[in-house]
Order: sequence, then C-alpha cells, then structure tokens
Amino acid sequence: MTSFTPALRLQDIVKTFPGVRALDGVSLTVLPGEVHALMGENGAGKSTLMRVLGGVLQPNSGRILIGEEPTIMASPLDAKSKGVVFIHQELSLAEELSVAENVYLGELPRKSFGRVDWDRLHEKTAAILDKLKVGFTPQTRVGDLSLANQQMVEIARALTVDAKAVIFDEPTASLTDAEKVVLFDVIADLKARGVGVIYISHRMEEIFHMTDRISILRDGQYRGTLHTAETSEEELTQLMIGRKLDLSRKINHAEVGAVALEVRGLSCGRLYSDVSFEVRRGEVLGFYGLVGAGRTEVAETLFGLRDPDAGQILLDGEEVRIGSPVEAIARGISLVPEDRKGQGLVLGMNCRDNMTLPQVDDLKAGPFVAEGAEIAIFDQYRDKLDIRTPGWRQKVGNLSGGNQQKIVIAKWLSMHPNVLIVDEPTRGIDVGSKSEIHNLIRDLAANGFAVIVISSEMPEVLHVSDRIVAMHHGKVIRTFTSEEVTEESLVQAISGIVAETAA
Amino acid sequence: MNTLNTNDLLKQGAIWGFIVLELVFFTVAGKYLSLSQNAFMDLDNMLLLFKQSAPIGIIALGMTVIMINGNIDLSVGAIFALCAVVLLDSMSWPFLTGLGDWVIPVSWGLALLTGVVLGAINGLIVWKTGVDAFIVTLGAMLGYRGLVFMFNGEQPTSHLNWTLVDFAEAQFLGLHTATWFLLGVAVALWLLMTRTVHGRNAYAIGDNREAAVNAGIRVGPHMMINFMIIGFLAGLSAVVFYSESGSVNPNDGSLYELWAITAVVLGGTKLTGGSGSIISTLGGVLAIQLLRKGLGHIGADTETVNLVIGSILIAVLFLDRQLNRKAKGELRT
Repeated sequence: MTSFTPALRLQDIVKTFPGVRALDGVSLTVLPGEVHALMGENGAGKSTLMRVLGGVLQPNSGRILIGEEPTIMASPLDAKSKGVVFIHQELSLAEELSVAENVYLGELPRKSFGRVDWDRLHEKTAAILDKLKVGFTPQTRVGDLSLANQQMVEIARALTVDAKAVIFDEPTASLTDAEKVVLFDVIADLKARGVGVIYISHRMEEIFHMTDRISILRDGQYRGTLHTAETSEEELTQLMIGRKLDLSRKINHAEVGAVALEVRGLSCGRLYSDVSFEVRRGEVLGFYGLVGAGRTEVAETLFGLRDPDAGQILLDGEEVRIGSPVEAIARGISLVPEDRKGQGLVLGMNCRDNMTLPQVDDLKAGPFVAEGAEIAIFDQYRDKLDIRTPGWRQKVGNLSGGNQQKIVIAKWLSMHPNVLIVDEPTRGIDVGSKSEIHNLIRDLAANGFAVIVISSEMPEVLHVSDRIVAMHHGKVIRTFTSEEVTEESLVQAISGIVAETAA
Repeated sequence: MNTLNTNDLLKQGAIWGFIVLELVFFTVAGKYLSLSQNAFMDLDNMLLLFKQSAPIGIIALGMTVIMINGNIDLSVGAIFALCAVVLLDSMSWPFLTGLGDWVIPVSWGLALLTGVVLGAINGLIVWKTGVDAFIVTLGAMLGYRGLVFMFNGEQPTSHLNWTLVDFAEAQFLGLHTATWFLLGVAVALWLLMTRTVHGRNAYAIGDNREAAVNAGIRVGPHMMINFMIIGFLAGLSAVVFYSESGSVNPNDGSLYELWAITAVVLGGTKLTGGSGSIISTLGGVLAIQLLRKGLGHIGADTETVNLVIGSILIAVLFLDRQLNRKAKGELRT
C-alpha cells in the first residue's frame, strides 16, 4: 500500500427503492494498490452499491469521496472521467461493431470533419489487447467472439483511462481457467500501478487467492471488513449468512407419493448439462444457485420453451417430449414465471380474466365465454388462497405483489397440474406476504402436488423445501435433504466447491 | 487482415447474387415471353432502370441510416410530396419571378430546407418525448400529408420550367442526372456510415442502446441528425423527380416509405438496428426495380408484380431468419 489516502471512500450510502431499503448506511474504503473484495449473498446490495458508485444510480443520502474529494457521480461517463471504471457482469457490448469500436465506445478518436481516426483507434486498442494477451485483433467483430473473449473486451475498456478505481463484478463468471490467469495478471498490474480494485465474486478460492481485504454486506447493511490473510472461509460464510435461523426448517414432511417427474441427464447447449433429479407428489424440491447457474433454464425446458440437446424427461414414469408450453400444460406441468409482471400476468386485465386465461377456450356457453363458470373458478381460488381483492373486477395491476403472485398461482392451480414449477416466488414481495406464499407452497405439496421452487434466497429454499438441488454453472453439484443441509454446505455447493464427504 | 467471415460475405453478396439471377431469368424468359423485340439487357433499358430507381432509391438510402440507428421513418412519402409542392409552387411566387432562371436554385433550396425541417421535427419529437419513432412518424405521415392537401386541395400543383427539364433529362457520361444523384448520395452516406464518428455511433445506438448510453453517447442528437438527413434526402428525391415531371398530385409519394423499407430490408439491414449497409440497400433498390421492369417485360401486370415482390420479401426474411437463428437452446418465441 503506497499511501494512506484512500483511493475511494463511500460514506453512509443509503439507497431505497419503493418498499425496499436496498442499502442502509453502507461505508467502504478502498486504498490505492489494494484488491478489495466485496461479498454477500444474492440481494445483499453489492450490485446496488456498485451501481451507485458507477453513477448508474443516485444514492438517497451519503457521500462518495475520490482521493478525499467529495464527488457526485452524475452518470457512468462522469464516473469514468473521474477514474472510476465499472466492468459489468452482464456484457454491455454492441455485437455488430468491432472490438476497437467497443473498447472506445463513446470516445472514438477523431480526425477533421468528425471522421474516425481508424489508425489511432486500432493502434491504441492493439496496445491494450497486447497487454491482455488475447487472441483476437482490434478489427474482429465482437459478435464473433466467445463469451469469455467478449468479457475480455469489457475488461479492455477499463484500461483506456487512467483509472483510480476499477470495479470487477463477477468477472470470472464466463472465463476459462487459462483466461482467469490472464485476468489475475491484469488485476495485479493495476494493483502495482496504485489503482484500487473492487472485486465482487462468490468464489472463495479467488477471493483468497488475490484479494487484500474483504468487506461483507448483508441485507443492505455493512457487516465489517476483514484482512484476507487473517480470516477463513468459515468466518466469511458466517458473516455473509449471519442471520439467526428465524425461519423454522421444514422437517415434518408431507406424505410423499410416487415420482411425478424425473429428469435424467438433461443438457442444453452451454446453459446447463447433465442435470438429473426427480420430484415426488407431496414434495417440494428447491433449486438453489447463483443467478445464471441454469436453474431458470431447466424450468423453461420442462415447460417446453427450450429444446434440450440430450437427456430424458419422464412424467409418471413415462418418457415424454415437451415441444411447447401448450403440450406442457396438457401434460400437467405449470410454470409460475420469474418475472411476475412481464411474463405471468396481463396487468391491465381484471383478476378473474387473468386467472382463467389458460382455460378460457374451454369455458364456453355456445359461442360466448361462460362468465358464470369463470366467476365460480375465481371465487373458489380466492377463498382457497386467501386473495385479498375488492372483487373480480379489480385490475391486477392495482393489487399488491403478494396478491398478484397468488393470482398467478391460482391461474395454474385451476388447470389442475401434476407438477407446479415456481420461479422466484417471492421476488419483490414484502415480508408478511412472503410467509403466506411459503405456507401456500407447503400446503400445495401437502395436497399432493409435486412442487419445484426455484429461488435465489437461501432462507426461502431452506424453509419450503423437502430436498434442495444446488446448481453451479449449469451443473447439479449436490442434492441435499432438508435434514442434512446446512447453510454453510449450501453456500459452498453453489460456489462450486464439492463437499469432500457426502453426508 | 480479413475481418469478414464466409457467413458475412454470403450475406453481403446475397443481394447482388439475387440481381444476377434476376438478370439471367428475365433475359432468358424475355426471349420467349416478351412481346417486344428488344433484349432485356439492353444498355438504354439498364440506364433507364437506374434513373427510375432514383426517387425511391435516394429515400431508401436515407432509410438505411435511420434503420441502422434503430428507428424507422414512415413519413418520408409525405415529406417527399410536400417538398415537391414547395419546389413547384415557389417557382411562381411573385417575389421570386424577377430572378429569371435563378429561381431554380432558390426553389431547390426551399424544397430541401422543407425536408430538413420536417425531418428535424420528427427527430426532435422522438428525442424529447421518447415516443417510439414508428408512432411519431406514423402521426407525421398523416399530418404532413394533410398539409399537402391543405395547400392545393385535390388539385395537382404544376409548374413546368424547360431549363429545369433540360437539366433533369441531361446525360453526363451516359448516366442521367437522377442516376448521378443516386450514386452521389450512396457514396456520401457510405462515407458517413463507415468513416465518421457519427456513423459509427449510429450503429452502436441501434445495436445496443443501453451500452451506448453507458458509454456516454448522446443518443438523442444522433437520432435527430439522422432524421434530418432522411428529411433532406426525401426533399432531394422530390427535387430530382419533379424537376423533370413538373406536376405533383397531392397523393404522390404514398407508399414510398414502404417501398423504401422493402428495399432496405432486402438489402439485409436488420429491422432491430445495429447492422446494415448502404451499398446493400443500393442492391435492394436495384433488385426491386429490376423485378418491376423485368416482370413488365415478360408481360405481367402491376398487380402480379406487387404480389411477386411481396412474396419474395417474406421469403427473404424467412431465409435470413433460418440462417441467423442462433445455436440450439434459444428461447422459443
């Protein structure tokens, strides 16, 4: 550490979204020439904090200081000009343009009459690519590169300016081991030049390999900073999870019936491979993993939205091919999608019409829709799921998140499915409704449905599931039963650490 | 360094291959089916084809820029008509009559200015309101067409200036005036889109708008400039065409926007933006004009021509989709 003036300091940053306090007085100090890891569970506020720092979001209160100068980051470009470079996890590239154009996007060197100075552009880019030791030229079209190389292009952007702080958000998510080595060299190089590096990752081995200090966030709150050399994986995991087990674990299983759905060796391109599991009637199977681990993609395949490359899907012991959602529904598979408002509901339609949408074809009195039958269905499920709405005429868009989710669930229940897949059932739903939804999911299983719950929230998975499938990078790492699972082992499994001994 | 892979070459060359196919087909078919004695591949016939391509061609080139940028402009036909009205009517405005033939450049200037202003209005609305360009220019299409009718009711606006007609019918190095304008515009826009910062930023915006915003590109001004360019080109197209004909009907230029879009799409520009080429659009324009002329040559009537062009457009887009469909695992839509 070359100096005691921090490269970057965040003070008491508060950021609220409607109904959520995403960041609650978070402070963070990054010294020049250090690699500072930022850790926390999904939704702990890491990304929000970095977006505040990168000028994408404005904080409600708190200060950002660069080299002890209070600064306001008005926009990403503003942040970049002040020496804070954000390397996004999701690629932010224009695929049809060349590598050089992407690296200098928004800052193309000019000649007279606004002409692009191609020679200078390619020369400067080539110099950066040289440093990164990549196997492509500035003229290559970005769309022709592999994901890993596209990530390298994104990283090359950080090297175009004289950076004071560089934020890497899960940079290794799509890199191979050889490419990781190059990336670590780049980071070491930045560090040697006195740049403060913020490194976000879930991978313990990387954190311990290359960071100097680690700050931990939990539920939007700052939980402390540790020196990497003086800590251990266990201590970190403790700090990240931290909370007391306020939710009772689901121990008393419902009567488990026959296998409703079995999946053997299912693979789909580079999204996921060799996924096998089974779910029985009366059982809740949880899918836990990081964003992008392939959980949603598996569900989409089961619902007929994607074509698998290999593997079998067996419904009630009989092999089936599911070519479309229509077939999936006909075979009794229902999917409550991740994006409730975008994929699950027609917000401008009323409660009753949303609920009966998939079966309105069958509810006919002569040529007309049978209103009476529709209302009967609505009444039945409103009582069953305790949906609080003034009446069926209410527009779904005006309901609370919890009640909207119940409408979606009711919609699929009314189709009498065998297998119900629920993706992120409580995203954006307040705490009270969350436990209602959880109880509802338990009740459904008790009533003989086979339920699959996909979630990024650990307490949720632990609370509702009888068994938990941990996924990492498109692979099933381990399947836990609710008796044997611990938070530590689950975190390790989804970080790709295979347990030495299966319990 | 070779930056094009075979797939790209195939896509860029496809439209020219299609043109060759058309030429061969019509030459052969013309021998048996045509009532006229002239060969289809006659030099005069081809020169005429270029000239006839010019009005829609000039607009289509501008449309390429707009579509690469991720927008669309449905009002070009109406701008075309309004510019034509301004061009022809201004020649008989009392305070300009003293200028003699010098009224011509003044009228041209006024017509082009009209186009630029109308385009700027579209661009400004798209920029400042954030309303989709499709809706804005749909409204503009109706509105500007309304202005055309307000001008002279259902009556055509006419003014024949023989100096102007002579200029428009002139042939320089064998090519007609209109052809020169078409080629000139193509070269200018090609330079703009491949060599300038504005052009490259337009590609970036159409390709990944969020990335462009994140990189600090000011999306709005770029889009406005492009709308002004297409306005200018709609005006230029009117100037080129009506200098010769000397009479504009209030309904002239209807459907030009759709023909222009057809040519652009045939040329391989993505509807979603970010990808496309000025030169390929020129190919698209020529392909359509060849089809029209060729089908006429072998005795098909206009209705058949439209049916064939429509079918080919859909077939081309279907093929493109099949070729471009990404690896398995893609979400079904």
